[in-house]
Amino acid sequence: MNKIRVGVSVNNDKIEFLCSPEDTVLDVLRDNLRLTGTKEGCGTGDCGACSIILDDKLVCSCLVLAGEVEGSEISTIEGMAIDGKLHPLQQNFLKHAALQCGICTPGILIAAKALLERNPDPTETEVRYWLAGNLCRCTGYDKIIRAVMDAAAEMRS
Amino acid sequence: MCSKKDEMKKKFRVVGTRPIRPDGIEKVTGQALYGADLHAPNMLVGKMLRINEPHAIIKSINISKAQKLPGVKAIITFQDFMEVSTNKTNDILENCLANKKVLYDGHAVAAVAAINSEIAKKALDLIDIELEMLPFVVDVDTAMQKGSPVVQLGRKHENVSDDFSDNVTSFCSFGHGILEDGYKNAAKVIERSFKTPSVHQGYIEPHACLASMTADGRSDLWCCTQGQYNVRAICADIMGIEESKLRVTASEIGGGFGGKTTVFIEPIALALSLKAGHPVKIVMTREEVFKATGPTVSSSIDIKMGMSKLGIITAAHAVIRYEGGAFPNETYELGAQSAFAAYDLKAVKSEGYNVLTNRPAQAAYRAPGAPQAIFAVESAVDELCEQLNLDPLETRLKNAAKKGTKASYGPTFDEIGLIATLESAKKHPHYAAPLAQNQGRGISCGFWFNFGGNTCVSLNINFDGTVGIIEGNPDIGGSRASISQMAAEELGIPLERIRTVIADTNSLGHNDVTDGSRVTFSVGLATIKAAKAAKKEMCKRVAKLWKIHEDAVIWKDGYVLPAGPNAGDQEPLSLKEIAAMSAQTGGPIAGHHEVNAEGAGVSFGVHLVDVEVDPETGQTKILRYTVFQDAGKAVHPSYVEGQMQGGSVQGIGWALNEEYIYDSSGKLQNSGFLDYRIPVASDLPMIEPVILEIPNPGHPYGVRGVGETSIVPPLAAICNAVSRATNIRFTELPLSPPKVLSAILGKE
Amino acid sequence: MVKVKIWGSLVEATGFEYVNVEGTNFIELLENLQLKYPGLRPQIQRGVSLAIDGKIYKESWFTPIRKDSEVVLMPFMIGG
Repeated sequence: MNKIRVGVSVNNDKIEFLCSPEDTVLDVLRDNLRLTGTKEGCGTGDCGACSIILDDKLVCSCLVLAGEVEGSEISTIEGMAIDGKLHPLQQNFLKHAALQCGICTPGILIAAKALLERNPDPTETEVRYWLAGNLCRCTGYDKIIRAVMDAAAEMRS
Repeated sequence: MCSKKDEMKKKFRVVGTRPIRPDGIEKVTGQALYGADLHAPNMLVGKMLRINEPHAIIKSINISKAQKLPGVKAIITFQDFMEVSTNKTNDILENCLANKKVLYDGHAVAAVAAINSEIAKKALDLIDIELEMLPFVVDVDTAMQKGSPVVQLGRKHENVSDDFSDNVTSFCSFGHGILEDGYKNAAKVIERSFKTPSVHQGYIEPHACLASMTADGRSDLWCCTQGQYNVRAICADIMGIEESKLRVTASEIGGGFGGKTTVFIEPIALALSLKAGHPVKIVMTREEVFKATGPTVSSSIDIKMGMSKLGIITAAHAVIRYEGGAFPNETYELGAQSAFAAYDLKAVKSEGYNVLTNRPAQAAYRAPGAPQAIFAVESAVDELCEQLNLDPLETRLKNAAKKGTKASYGPTFDEIGLIATLESAKKHPHYAAPLAQNQGRGISCGFWFNFGGNTCVSLNINFDGTVGIIEGNPDIGGSRASISQMAAEELGIPLERIRTVIADTNSLGHNDVTDGSRVTFSVGLATIKAAKAAKKEMCKRVAKLWKIHEDAVIWKDGYVLPAGPNAGDQEPLSLKEIAAMSAQTGGPIAGHHEVNAEGAGVSFGVHLVDVEVDPETGQTKILRYTVFQDAGKAVHPSYVEGQMQGGSVQGIGWALNEEYIYDSSGKLQNSGFLDYRIPVASDLPMIEPVILEIPNPGHPYGVRGVGETSIVPPLAAICNAVSRATNIRFTELPLSPPKVLSAILGKE
Repeated sequence: MVKVKIWGSLVEATGFEYVNVEGTNFIELLENLQLKYPGLRPQIQRGVSLAIDGKIYKESWFTPIRKDSEVVLMPFMIGG
């Protein structure tokens, strides 16, 4: 079978990998690069656990073919804390107990970060609709929404 | 030593605060390792061949073509397993891999291990299966009738009437008093039939495991599970090895809610590994999770209830029929026992049936069996209140179970918190808030038993004065935090000095599954006792050092000090100072505790919900939601709130959207999150938790399990709210927009 | 003798809602129940719990039972 050679930047590191034509970005992140912080919850783009930022766009990495991302910049959960310092979203998720099992947390953090980069002062409704593509089964979302709102306020000040 | 009563009243220093959870940073940075996150050298990928037919005889399985595919290292079918010792284990194995019959859409018949997933998938396509289709049944009421297709023969208990088909495996009944007398004294008697769909726990992490087994039986298994010891017991039995040979390590777990209390892929991975001589990893797809793990039972329930003019329930009868798929289970008993638990009734009877169908074997789901039965009961109570023009909360208060009530399932209740919970709801501004047109308010009580169970905790005082706790229950929602807090409280040291780890099966004695809301209660209890044992040892060391009797020293707030002036005037010694002298005073210091914990104490909750129903679309919007629940003592209030909020939202999904939909050919139509719709953030308001703290006498700090009760009330609370908003009594869940709309149109 | 409440669907096996058996703890009571009422055997083998003075015990053979304890036979519970 023919492998495709792809060069990308992942969390600001230049990386090359070989992939099969049917491999998704999620497959490559998890299995080739061993960046297992990005989770697979459904494989069909319905749960958001595999959310990453691909060239400034929030995407489900299970729906993007790895062979098509040559030259892209990818950000994953592993790149969210810089030099060991947690992002305000990460800090607020911990402070608010916005995670129970934690499996959806990487995807939700990435999605929330993408929101705050576009809209630093979202209303509760805006946060709820932006995160409607990220399923969480443990928390009922209450503490997640509060954590995102508080992180946004902190980042604005 | 202070007495138990004093301890209950004591002011806590760490318990009741909201520290950052100790496993938090790993979980917000992507470092925490879940089931699918581990890779082993030389690892193979395992995949299962599943049959998309509801019921069929397996005539033959031909693997010869698949075996020849380069890169395929092992293929197994049921025939690769030896006979197992018990019916129960055999059921689990036959659910993992079909024996003579395919019993439901998605039932696996073979498994392949190959060098990558592409080859494994190709190999599955090359396996030839010859099937003989059989008639099938997926509906509970149909399955009970004589002449219905029979899923499995010979599973009927001795007490089941011959009037039913052989799908009816078990029957139970509970209650007391004479129903007919009660109905005679009622101002109103209603008879209603209710249906609830099968729903899935919907944990976001699909089942995953990595197994390595060698020819001498030594094996390692990594998997996401609610109970590694249970996985070990089942897998060792299936694989015919001693338990000591199989080490099971629980990964971080991405949700379970009861669905990860059994096994679906673990024995398969072990058998493939044994056959191939490589480690084998199996990760389920979401479709497999929906089709071939353990959703909850679906139900058909009849209620007959009478109420006096003043709102006293004079008699109540429930007939509960649960369908839990192709294998027998005991959930019907829990349903029949919990149905009327919230009420003090003179005449009550609940009957339960378990019924086999061609659906996947049910697994536990948060308070298993209770939500369905209590939905029916609480709906009937509400309708009677409406018909008799009574306040639904006052009426529940009048009938509420309390200390001395003979519970419908038998025993007499000790101290319980239902009345306090109802009173708290009555006083809350939510109950008096105005409602607009098309809006309705619903209320429901909820109940769960709560379990204790087998628990081991080992607590080591490190030489530097830090403390290591080893416990054996996967942390499914912050239990490392609450366990560490209880240890810090007991030892009088800062929380940061404690690290709690979850042991593999070979590093600590047996622990029951993380279920029944048992962990904070039972593991907490064992932790406190382990800490007490360590403290006793430290007191002993200091007494020796001071050359006084053991009884002449006491422990206070992290220090050992002389018991009184007669004991001397030595400077108190801190835990840290004593730890530093461990080697010189007799060696490492530790405490441990092993117990089959009893006294968990039953749990009650009350939910209030306001909804608005759109008469144009039939869609229900949740406007306001308040949860009242007794936590005994909330060790980490944020995570207690989280249980109350999360359970409520699962219940909201059950009430409004979620259901297993089978088509006329017996195949599951919605095996993905797009069509099986769990609540998303934009569906919901904030969920307000109100924690009550009525100490549980069975726990040193008064802790009561809080995990499950919160999923019980939402079904009826929402149905009652929708019924009041539309003036139409609904009896079937989910209240999906088409169903509600057609009822609204039907009324017009 | 200890008075034991039998749940509804088992009454057929004993003939009575309440039965009296000897026993000073959990296991003695279960053994004597089976001896005196063999019809209870299949269910006891499948698993039962005992509620003793309102508290539910799932196993715990040596849990003491007093003559005046309230004892209720219950199914063995598994949860979520």
